[in-house]
Amino acid sequence: MAMATSGTAKVTLPADEQILIEREFAAPAHLVWRAVTEPELVRRWWHANRGEMAACEIDLRAGGKWRYVGRTESGEEFAFYGEFLEIVPHVRIVQTETFAPFPDDASTNTMTLTERDGRTLLRTLVQHRTAQARDMHINAGMEAGMQDAFDLLEQVTISLR
Amino acid sequence: MARAATTTDAFNAVAEPRRRQIVDLLADGERPVGDLVRALGLGQPQVSKHLRVLREVGLVQVRDRGRQRLYRLNAHALKPIHDWVKGYERLWSERYELLDDVLEDLKQKERRDGDGD
Repeated sequence: MAMATSGTAKVTLPADEQILIEREFAAPAHLVWRAVTEPELVRRWWHANRGEMAACEIDLRAGGKWRYVGRTESGEEFAFYGEFLEIVPHVRIVQTETFAPFPDDASTNTMTLTERDGRTLLRTLVQHRTAQARDMHINAGMEAGMQDAFDLLEQVTISLR
Repeated sequence: MARAATTTDAFNAVAEPRRRQIVDLLADGERPVGDLVRALGLGQPQVSKHLRVLREVGLVQVRDRGRQRLYRLNAHALKPIHDWVKGYERLWSERYELLDDVLEDLKQKERRDGDGD
């Protein structure tokens, strides 16, 4: 697997049903917490420059619901939703996540923040019930990554005209 | 781009936990089969079976040294798996680069508010 470098998220597969995403941020945990839990802040980064967020609802309490809807530049919408199971402010969130087209394949995601010397390590462990569901999760992200590469290629092509 | 669905690719070879363990052990360097048998706590026939599967997809290579058979990892065969995860990794890298900007704003705002006290 690739080494973690500044600016790059590190994705590893610790077990057949798991995905682990890790990244360090140059900010204390209480600010990272705000950026990942306040809808108006989440809207600024979750789109990954691939369109925009059509909806961002976060009811941050155990038993509360969340729902993210992305909208591509061509107008297609894709929704993720789930429920918060555990909230430890500035430290940990455990939540379920369902990608709307596959309602039977919910994952349980555990996000942890670890602050050291003013920097914060954000780790998200995605736990699926089956290896197939885990693979599908990565395939969906992979396709988004490919789409992004195609968009970039298109921009380069346009700039060459 | 979905992963290949054949039964003879690197994905399926490392889908088995014991075979993934063998790959991890060989990542540290070449080892004789006896070492692997001891490290895994399995019988030699089972270990040989797993090694055969890994060899068939090109993940491990074998050579004889005297009476020993030495196995080593061919990391190049792991590249399709690496590439598969890479696309997903890129999505999160781009999200988190944008999150860096959000955090920069929050830090500046906090500093400004601190000055006002």
